[in-house]
Amino acid sequence: MGANGGAAAKPQPPRKSATGAKVITVTSGKGGVGKTTTTANIGVALARLDQRVVLIDADLGLRNLDIIMGLENRIVYDLVDVVEGRCKLRQAMIKHKQLPELYLIPAAQTRDKTAVSPADMIKMADQMRPEFDFILIDCPAGIERGFRNAVAPADEVLIVTNPEVSAVRDADRIIGLLEAEGKKTPHLILNRVKTEMIRKGEMLSPEDVTDILAIKLIGIVPEDENVVSSSNSGMPLAFLDGSRAGTAYRNIARRLMGENVPFMQLDDNSGFLKRIQRLFGGQTG
Amino acid sequence: MPDSTVAIKGVNDGLLITLDPVEEWGLVTAELATHIDEKGAFFNGAEVTLEVGTRPVRKDELTSVKALLERRGMTLFAVSSDSDTTLESAIALDLRVRANSSPPSGAAYEPDALLSFNSEEDGLAGVMIRRTMRSGRSVRSQGHVVIYGDVNAGAEILAAGDVIVWGKLRGNVYAGADGDETAVVCALDMQPTQLRIAGYIAISPPEKRRKPKPEVALIRNDRIVVEDWDG
Repeated sequence: MGANGGAAAKPQPPRKSATGAKVITVTSGKGGVGKTTTTANIGVALARLDQRVVLIDADLGLRNLDIIMGLENRIVYDLVDVVEGRCKLRQAMIKHKQLPELYLIPAAQTRDKTAVSPADMIKMADQMRPEFDFILIDCPAGIERGFRNAVAPADEVLIVTNPEVSAVRDADRIIGLLEAEGKKTPHLILNRVKTEMIRKGEMLSPEDVTDILAIKLIGIVPEDENVVSSSNSGMPLAFLDGSRAGTAYRNIARRLMGENVPFMQLDDNSGFLKRIQRLFGGQTG
Repeated sequence: MPDSTVAIKGVNDGLLITLDPVEEWGLVTAELATHIDEKGAFFNGAEVTLEVGTRPVRKDELTSVKALLERRGMTLFAVSSDSDTTLESAIALDLRVRANSSPPSGAAYEPDALLSFNSEEDGLAGVMIRRTMRSGRSVRSQGHVVIYGDVNAGAEILAAGDVIVWGKLRGNVYAGADGDETAVVCALDMQPTQLRIAGYIAISPPEKRRKPKPEVALIRNDRIVVEDWDG
């Protein structure tokens, strides 16, 4: 609270709630389904499409987004420093090495979720809205304080899940909680999809998942070994052209910008492809 | 006038706030705010059970009361009401609900209020939920429970009477929870994680289902059986 109390930040243009940045929170309930990787990749993909993007790591105490973005060694101030007034918002925003319109606000590593309140998050997001096109918030796993902080300012929520029963169950819980908060119906990203396993009937298909969750898909990301190596090297896959997962993330970014992007061919099995296309119907593309 | 519309009292697990069931809603909530503010930070941190009697409270109305309490450092924890609308709003907000339960306050309850339609048939009151119950949600009722929507795996229904699901039943369901062995569970697509009636427990067979069809679960010859519903 009071981050910019006396600090007289540079005068900001009057807030235009209708035209400012869209705040998107990436969440899942379950841990390890790929929230942080998804946030990083969509952020990179949006920035490559000339959007002005801020990524916020809301996973206080377990920060990871900085590592995946390759910005770990540039951290001076973090989100809690902003909230507690030790620095200005601008000072905590780390500019990306290659993409000048991409910023990261890292989480604090030495504090826990209670260091920030939902009201702090709303205030911070509102402060940035006029200057950006997208604010992406990486939500921690779980349904407690950290989750409530991350979704408080969200205009839109993306739920990441894997085609596994346990991950889908947690996604269902999260959707219920978002309904209770009065948020817009979230969109679904199905991550780590293996077409081969689906064909053998060993993995839930996108159809199975949407049948249970009854929300719209905005992306299907195939399992891709390159995700691990690119995350380790701090260079999200969406930088590279040619990888299947990277293309899937770029497609999600374009859909978030309102483009009608057809779903890429996951497999040469035409029956499966047809089912996917049917799932997305005409308008989601 | 002030004391007639809002009553706040301490109960063992927090605060019980009783709101007048008929007085104009805006007036009642304003009164509530005044009452709390008069006491300064006295109620800070309290968990509140809201008792609204027969008043139907819409979701947005309940949301604003919840916010009103939260701004004063209090948490809305449970809602107790005779109105299905209110209970549905409370469930939509992920709050505990207490339906038709004898109120902890001892306020005069009129259990027959819902049945005073001059009906030819007698019956047990119930809760009607018009939405899908997602994982982690629960409904409890001392009467029947009717869900117009799905009951997803991870959701839970407990009723002293019958449970009717006009949708897919995938979660846990407990009918006849007070021991009524004549209680039934009906669903358009019966695949509960676990199904209990009175003292009996059954689980769904593991094999993949064919075309879903309406079915009824009931106790026959000391076990739970599931039968096609033929009308």
